This record gives sequence, C-alpha cells and structure tokens, in this order.
Amino acid sequence: MTSEPTNRPPSLLGRPRADYDWDHLVREDRVHRLVYTAPDIFDAEMTNIFGGVWVYLAHESQIPRNDDYVAVRMGLRPLIVLRDSTGKFRALYNRCTHRGATLCREAAGTAKVFQCAYHGWTFMNSGELRGVPWPEGYAADLRNSQFNLAQVPRVESYRGFIFGTLNPDAPALADYLGPVRRPIDEWLDRHPGSRVVVRDANRLKFHGNWKLAYDNSADGYHVKFSHRSLLEMENRFRADNEKGMSFYKDHPDEAPMYVRYFGNGHHFKDKRPNIEKRPGALWEIEGTAPGMEPFEEEIRRRLGANASRALDLAASEPVNINVFPNLLILGNHIQVIEPVSVTETNTTWYATAVVDEADELGGTVDLVNAFRMRTQEGFPVFGEVDDATNFEEIQRGLAAPEDEWVYMHRGLGIPGRFRTEADGSITGPATDEVFMRETFKEWKRLMAEPPAIEIRREV
Amino acid sequence: MSTAHDPSRTSHYVTDAYYADLVAAFADWQRDENIVRDESVCTAARALLEREARLLDRHAYRDWLGLFAPECVYWLPGRPDGGDPRREVAVAFFDRRRLEDHVYRLSTGVAWSQIPRSRTVHFVSNIEVFRAGPDAPLMVRSNLMLSEFRAGDSRTLAGWCAHRLARQGDGWKILVKQVNLLECDQNLRNPSLIF
Repeated sequence: MTSEPTNRPPSLLGRPRADYDWDHLVREDRVHRLVYTAPDIFDAEMTNIFGGVWVYLAHESQIPRNDDYVAVRMGLRPLIVLRDSTGKFRALYNRCTHRGATLCREAAGTAKVFQCAYHGWTFMNSGELRGVPWPEGYAADLRNSQFNLAQVPRVESYRGFIFGTLNPDAPALADYLGPVRRPIDEWLDRHPGSRVVVRDANRLKFHGNWKLAYDNSADGYHVKFSHRSLLEMENRFRADNEKGMSFYKDHPDEAPMYVRYFGNGHHFKDKRPNIEKRPGALWEIEGTAPGMEPFEEEIRRRLGANASRALDLAASEPVNINVFPNLLILGNHIQVIEPVSVTETNTTWYATAVVDEADELGGTVDLVNAFRMRTQEGFPVFGEVDDATNFEEIQRGLAAPEDEWVYMHRGLGIPGRFRTEADGSITGPATDEVFMRETFKEWKRLMAEPPAIEIRREV
Repeated sequence: MSTAHDPSRTSHYVTDAYYADLVAAFADWQRDENIVRDESVCTAARALLEREARLLDRHAYRDWLGLFAPECVYWLPGRPDGGDPRREVAVAFFDRRRLEDHVYRLSTGVAWSQIPRSRTVHFVSNIEVFRAGPDAPLMVRSNLMLSEFRAGDSRTLAGWCAHRLARQGDGWKILVKQVNLLECDQNLRNPSLIF
C-alpha cells in the first residue's frame, strides 16, 4: 500500500485558468477590475494566499481547554481548530477521509473524538483514524496514515492569535508578522494580564470581493465621506465635546495620525497620536453608548483617582492593525475577513473582553466588560454598514468590462510624502493609499509565483 | 421609574440592576398559565404591534419612537437563547438615546446603507399575550416576517419578537422590544434597517 503524496504540484492548485499577465493587472498606480471580479483569480487566491501565507484561524480564548474546538474556514476549506487531548493546537480538515462529508457540524464545542454522520468513521482529535464500522470488509491497512484526517501542517500562535499555513517554505509566524507585532503587542499590553478573551461577534456580510474589506482597513481617505452619517450622529449634540471619529472632520492629513506599511501585506492606521497620551484621554472622546453615565459614576465611586484605567479599557483603542490577508484588529475588535465567493464576503467582528485575574481593576472588571460590549456594538451597525454598502456598489460598478482600472495612487509621486523607517516600514499621511499599493505588490508576487502547498496526515 | 434626566440625551437607567432584571424578565416568561384571556388587553396589544409595523413600513420613525416608554430598550440578541448583554455583544442593544441616534443617522441623508432606503413589509402574526401577575408588565410574543426590497434585491428575514409593555398615561408603551432573528448568530447582510 503506497501512501498518498502530501506534496501536490502547485500547478494543479494555484494557476488561474486564464494565463494572466500579472504585471498588466497590477500596476504601480492602479489595479485591473479583474482582480476583484474574476472567479478563476478568486479560486487561485484561495490557495496561493489563503493557504500560501499564514492565515488567521481563531483566538486561543475560543478553545480555552484541551479537547475544545471551533469550526472555522481557511479560505474555503472547512477546518476544526482545536486543542487536542494533549493541549496541542491543531487545524484539522473538517472533511471525512472516506467520502468527504464534514465531520463536525457544530460551531464550537468539546470533543475527544469526531464521528462521521454518514458511515460512522471515527477520528481522534489528533486527526488519527480511530476506527471504521466492520473493518473486516477492507483489504487495505486502515492504520496507514493516508486514512487520517488531513490537517494544516503548520499551526502557530502569536500571543493568543492562532494562525495556520499550508506552505512548508513560509517563515516562522513571528517572522511573517515582523514589525506588525509591535502594535499588536501594544494593543494587548494595555489590558490587565496583557491579554483579552473573545466574547461572541457582530457578524456581517456583503456582496463584494474580500479585498474591498482589506483595502479599506487602513484607508483614512474614506472616513469623512463613507461614515458621514456616523460622524454627524456622534456629534448630534453640538454643545458637547467632539466624540468618536471627529478627528477626521477637518483635513485628516493635517492631523498627527498616520498610515504605515509593514511588509508582507500588513499595515497599520494609527490614530493614537491624535489623542493626548494620558490616562482618561481615550474615555473623554468615546462616543455615547447605553448605560454610559451610570457606568462612569460607579467606576469613579469605586476607584476614585484610579478610575481612568478602567474607563479607558471600556473605550475603543484608536488603531487599525491589519495582518494580511484576513485579520483586522481595530478598536477593541478582532475582525476576520472570510471570503465566501468572488462576490461575497463575511466580516466577523469578534468582541473582546478584559480578564483581570490579578484584580488590577479593583473588582470592576464585569462592569467594564458590560459597557465594553456596548461600545463595540456601535461601529458594526452604524459605521460598517455604510462601508459594506459602498463595497457592494464598487462590485456593481466593476461589472463594466471596458472601464478597466481601479486607482490607488493617492500620494504617489509627491516628494517628501513618505518616510521609510529603520525597519523598512513606510509611513505616510492618514489618507494615503501607499499601503494598498504595497499590499498589491505582495498580492501580485503570491499570484505570479504560487507558493508550495502541502497537507499532513501524520499525527 | 421616573427621572429628572432626558433619556434621549443622557442615559442613566441602563445599570447593572437593570440588566439583571431584563435578563430575568426574558428568561422564562412563555408559560401557558400566564396567557392573558382578557380580550380588551389582547386587542390593545395587537393594535400596538400592528401600528408599530405600519409606522415602520411607512418610515415614520419619529412616530415609531413615540410608541416606546422614555426609558426603553430595543434588543436584537446575537444568540438564539437571548444570552446576557453584559457578557457578550448583541446584534443591537439600544437604549433610548442610541435608538434616537439610529433614527437620527437614518435621517441625515448620507446613511449610505439606507440610500436608497429599504422598502419593507413587517408581517406580525401569532400574537400571544402573557402576564405574570395583575400588576406585572405585559409580555407579548409575536412572529415576524420582514420582506425587504432595496437596491434591486429582495429578501425575507424571519424571527419572533417579545414586547414588554407597561401602562403609561392613557395607553401601553414599549419598555423593551426584543427581536430574535432566525439567523441572529450568522453573518447578516446590511442590518441597517429597523426590524
């Protein structure tokens, strides 16, 4: 009995049917509409990108104990991400080796064993085939690893964020992340214990290509226009102090905030410089949310001079940290981009809560989290809906075949507009599209030279 | 509870105690022994829900807000069992001020997710009225079918609603409207309309 080769030729997986000239489709100043509309390019992305690089899968807090699992997708692959019975993180293909049925049909749970509903094959949560009904009917040796579940060969976690890749040549996760680790570290380190836990999600969908959401994630140009209704709403009582995203109300490029491109498609919109660096400053600009006044009164009553930290933890951190291709850390959310088809995308905004094991917040953590839930519900339903509508209208606009180009040349060719940092990162003004251009260079590289892809069945 | 504050401007009533009462009130209320048989009460509840549907379908959002008590909650849980809004995010959890924010945003003329705005038909049916005691608020269960046409696409959303009603002034007012969408824990396209 020969074992199935785990290395399949990339040419069978990653090549679009048409022989695209990638240098034609992705230019310095623009990209072709086909990168958002061609089904065969989407199919290739699901392997070359959502397989060929480190893809965000789940947060450790979703599977806190051994044998916990959560069902996710990596591109279009259904996966079961779990801690096996020894505590090791694994990403098993949610696909019975026998005939292909999904094994796990729950969104999350706890299981040592998965049994296929169709013919009863059972698998350990290590992926190993445990048994089949009436094995005497098989001449083949079922102990051969070829009958184990497929699994993502490389699964690593960075401070709670679990990623996987099918690419044996990919760098270590920490190296793939590179300098984007710093804002991630800072985002985590403002919390007690330097960590957060996930608490459900605001789940949205739009009829458009997944890259429209990724392009948007560091875009400081759209805010004043796409989110105009939210800006007006947040400041509808004009006598009050300016709230929420009001630092966009004048010319955003004249504000201290900036965008930065980190390499490997990762980028960052940092709005923190708009705000004074002192306890309580975040809280002061937080827009109103249900129960805000009694929350603040109670925190101040209980913590006195130490109230600011607890209040700031309920407020939104003004950053967009974007890890290519699918993880967007913004405000207090962990947003995941989930492609469904070339013209359909889910964006799932996982809410995060504070854990306070050392009682740094004087027993107020439940109050902080209750209000933090309310602050996180605001943007998905008042802000993201308008972006998602604009993404859908882009997809409609791109139906015009002869009008080929989508421009992203803001800032290009203007002397002195960018600064290159010591680590190679590129920094520009808030409305600049440099991060989009650089990400598309990386996208083109991945599409033109499909990475090696492999799965593993050995446990 | 009366207050000196204007709850459309400031929000003082959504406290930990309010949440605890809300979660308890929405936990186990659909009991056969608490079904209200009094025709006048049932008729009033039905009339309120039908009027609400009409006002929403006519985009009369200011009048719709008038159906709610000054201190109220509009709640779309993100879990089929309702969950606890202190512990996890909901699809929407609006107090009076945020409900007015929502209506204000839709009126700005630049809320792109509602331009063009949704044309809707709210079908309300299977109305049952429950009351735990003679002075308790009414709890009204209804089924909702929401047909929407917007920007060339039609869709149907379904779910069930729980309205918590109290007698205020000369009629019933909505203390809490809970909308339980069938797909509450799934990715939802454009939830910018009012359910």
